Amino acid sequence: MIKLTTPLDLDTVKKLKAGDQVRLNGVIYTGRDAAHKRLVEAYEAGEKLPVDLKDQVIYYVGPCPAKPGKVIGAAGPTTSGRMDRYAPLTIAKMGLRGMIGKGLRSQEVIEAIKQHGAVYFLAVGGAGALLSQRIKKAEVVAYEDLGAEAIYRLEVEDFPVVVGIDCHGNDIYQEGIKKYKVG
Amino acid sequence: MKQIKAEDIVKTVSELCIKSCTTLGDDWWQTLDEAINKEESPLGKDILKQLQENAKLAAATKEALCQDTGVAVVFLELGQDVHITGGNLYEAINAGVRKGYTEGYLRKSVVNDPLIRKNTGDNTPAIIYTDIVPGDKLKITVAPKGAGSENMSALKMLKPADGREGVVQFVLDVVKTAGPNPCPPILVGVGIGGMFEKAALLAKKSLLRPLGQRNELPHIAELELELLEKINNSGIGPQGLGGRITALDVHVESHPTHIATLPVAVNIQCHATRHAEAIL
Repeated sequence: MIKLTTPLDLDTVKKLKAGDQVRLNGVIYTGRDAAHKRLVEAYEAGEKLPVDLKDQVIYYVGPCPAKPGKVIGAAGPTTSGRMDRYAPLTIAKMGLRGMIGKGLRSQEVIEAIKQHGAVYFLAVGGAGALLSQRIKKAEVVAYEDLGAEAIYRLEVEDFPVVVGIDCHGNDIYQEGIKKYKVG
Repeated sequence: MKQIKAEDIVKTVSELCIKSCTTLGDDWWQTLDEAINKEESPLGKDILKQLQENAKLAAATKEALCQDTGVAVVFLELGQDVHITGGNLYEAINAGVRKGYTEGYLRKSVVNDPLIRKNTGDNTPAIIYTDIVPGDKLKITVAPKGAGSENMSALKMLKPADGREGVVQFVLDVVKTAGPNPCPPILVGVGIGGMFEKAALLAKKSLLRPLGQRNELPHIAELELELLEKINNSGIGPQGLGGRITALDVHVESHPTHIATLPVAVNIQCHATRHAEAIL
């Protein structure tokens, strides 16, 4: 088990290998389809971005609303592939270091991960209630009008993830499936 | 003629929305226990246990199992001797969804238009299917459907000559293409026959059948078991990280069709086989 605290620098990420079990601590930002679209449009229009993503980690999630007295509702990962169109630019131009999600990534994203020393983490899809317990603080920092799709700043404690694609381009999905395939 | 009040429908739908998003049936718990025993991958076993722990926590805290609390798909079996009073049936269903998703702190995931994409803010409208049946009861089933698994679903119009083999191949192709995306272990719903839309609806409705229960037609039941074995030989495993348990079950429903066609629809459901029903 590897314990990491965000933000993540290049040297830290270089040591991670696909399949490593990691516990993340510190601040991470949420973002999914609509927020990514706005971030990329803002970047392309030369506008100042609402969050500095250098060396930060984005969690692809759209949480349930928090019940009274709770920090956040269910908050498991969404399918990362929908952000593939935006991820290379957020990595290359905004300095994003890590992504948390679930599911396959495109070749373009894998290339950007390799070229810029980023990492793709996986959280257990469908374990939204369980994962929400590792989130200790949540506040909206941008695009509040998007509701569940707004950008939240989350403070996490021992948030459980697995390295899905490391900065050398190794992909746990390819390796895991090969091992258990019959015929 | 039996009278059912619209306000009772609102209340029932609201309760079913919350129940279906926070609890899973006895069939799910039993199937998961079996899956944990069968899974050979240590990581896969651990993931299945986490899904059980997640379900326990959700049931105890009334927190949603998954943040994608979906679109509320509502199936109605309306007895022909029922008279709805004090309001419109579909408005009552939508009012129930609005109430349930708001009071249950469930995520609102519906946008007003597929291209304009503005969130409606209350998870309405529901998607409603109504069957008129004999009798004087109203059966309501709420099945919230998330997009992670829905997006990996597919439909193909096969030729009659493609036959059973063509059906098996198409289902396997859809599951393999889906890979880790729909949060395996999945439930695979298959509709064969009918026409284009009928096959899709059969596939969706098949997801309501309890896990482990076979189709009554022997040749379809056999097809279900063959598909389950082949899917679980794919190696995809829990979360797609490799393992024995890719699917918890395969449900196939069939319907008479045209001499010149063989429609096949595959509707994928994530591990959370969410649905709840009530009879008024």
